[in-house]
Amino acid sequence: MATQTVIETRELYKYYGQQAAVDGLTLQVQEGEIFGFLGPNGAGKTTTILMLLGLTEPSKGEALVCGFNPTREPLKVKRLVGYLPEHVGFYRDMNARENLQYVARLNKIPHQTSSDKIDGALDTVGLSEDAERKVGTFSRGMTQRLGISEVLIKDPKICFLDEPTLGLDPDGAIRMIELIQSLSRDRKITMLISSHNLDQVQKISRRVGIMIKGKLVAVGPMEDLAKEKLGVGKEKFTLEQIYMKYFHEV
Amino acid sequence: MDRFSIPTKTLGKNLRELFSEGIDSHGLLVVFKKELADHFSSYRFVILFALIAMVSLISTYMTGISLREELEGIAKPKLVFLMLFTRGSLSLDWFVAFLFPLIGIVLGFDSINREIGAGTMSKLVSQPIFRDSIINGKFLAGITTIAIMLVSIVLVISGLGLRVLGVVPGIEEVWRIIIYLIISIIYVSFWLGIALLSSIVFRSIATSALASIAIWVFFFFFTLIGPATLANAVAPVSQAGSDSEAIIRHAQIQEGVRLSSPMGLYSDATATVMNPMQKTTKSLVLMGPMERMLSSRFQNPLPIGQSILVVWPYIVSLIAITLVCFGFSYAVFMRQEIRSV
Repeated sequence: MATQTVIETRELYKYYGQQAAVDGLTLQVQEGEIFGFLGPNGAGKTTTILMLLGLTEPSKGEALVCGFNPTREPLKVKRLVGYLPEHVGFYRDMNARENLQYVARLNKIPHQTSSDKIDGALDTVGLSEDAERKVGTFSRGMTQRLGISEVLIKDPKICFLDEPTLGLDPDGAIRMIELIQSLSRDRKITMLISSHNLDQVQKISRRVGIMIKGKLVAVGPMEDLAKEKLGVGKEKFTLEQIYMKYFHEV
Repeated sequence: MDRFSIPTKTLGKNLRELFSEGIDSHGLLVVFKKELADHFSSYRFVILFALIAMVSLISTYMTGISLREELEGIAKPKLVFLMLFTRGSLSLDWFVAFLFPLIGIVLGFDSINREIGAGTMSKLVSQPIFRDSIINGKFLAGITTIAIMLVSIVLVISGLGLRVLGVVPGIEEVWRIIIYLIISIIYVSFWLGIALLSSIVFRSIATSALASIAIWVFFFFFTLIGPATLANAVAPVSQAGSDSEAIIRHAQIQEGVRLSSPMGLYSDATATVMNPMQKTTKSLVLMGPMERMLSSRFQNPLPIGQSILVVWPYIVSLIAITLVCFGFSYAVFMRQEIRSV
């Protein structure tokens, strides 16, 4: 099966003053895969996502998302990409449906189709019952799922999920992971997931990238990384073992 | 590969976008509608409107009563309806100059930083709309709210005035009130611009509120005592007898300082529009001989066209400072990196 590269960066740099937040990142993500983007806090994962969305300009190098340069054609990229920020925010005094309606309008989704889409998206994340509730009363898990439904109403080709399970209880985290998995399976959405939760990433993604201090120290299928770092023939490994190896090397 | 070596320039990007996708009136309209709905459904708007309406009604009522007593038994002077807005110790134009900046500040002081703090801004900027649609929509919604507020207040005041004075405004008076309204809307929009700017520059809502209030209070005192103090310091005039040049210099400095404050600009402009007997914005010392003769000998109101001519530079200056303020906010906002925090 010929896969297509949908996210591509070449020698991407981002400096804040003298500090390099992203230090020469070269990365490729194929269509339809769930790519695990790992790294400690402050490694530059979020900065990379911002550059891929055209929300901040790279200091050097270039990125391509679905063939578009996010810096030069941000609207084309933003039409195709759904972004779930680390702390997703909603208008607390509006209910879930109104929040999604606003996003639908911003995406130029016609009024006739938007209510169906909103119902569908709320149903997918299991929030149909709470559509008329003010978002201010939502729990963290519900807010996060509402964030996913917001991403879904624009039918994205690619999703950037920044710490989607952060702050969720174990049950909520598992449901979130299952949701992401089903979206990737049923809708063929390419996912780029930045996370600290290595167990969960190991469950759903095949290829991972490990970013430390702005540098991508490892990228590839998990088995390959395991072979390289933990020795050939090791059948059982955890992503955590691989990650810690790399982490201590730097 | 060649495409990877092209340097990315923000200006070029924006121009290209503009030509390839047209101006994003859709996003602007969506943001505008939402912000407008937010303004009108907020408690803050209701409280503000109640406060301003109360103050205006009380001051108009008092002015109206005293005006009615004054006018009893004498021939009706020209353009008496306008006196409702300008006469009295608590006249409305004074209130607008010193109190109405509060409207602009209250409507704008948290418009950007609240959304950044709540995480809704990173959602907005990741939608397929131009980033300037967000700030333009917010500013336009603020101006519209201000306009609706001021127009309704002036209408209520005029109704009360009709009742208390029993005088129907003439067509010229109506025009003057409309011009007065336009100047007031620009003036309050300037304060909205100040508030918007501080909501972009300061991440904390409390700090941005405090900063805009500080600017407001500064100009309040600056307009009250600044001109006289500075003129006395730079070009002192003694009681005993200074030469005429010193007196003129003193007056010039006083006027210059006064006009460097938006409150001074505004109150001079509206005084000229609303009081047609005042034919120039200059003080007595700075008038030329012809002007002085005109104002003392001919007790006729200035025609409306001439009044506009006199205040035109003031209107332009008010628009200019508003645009500078907004332009600065725009530039800072467009370059800001928005993360969810």
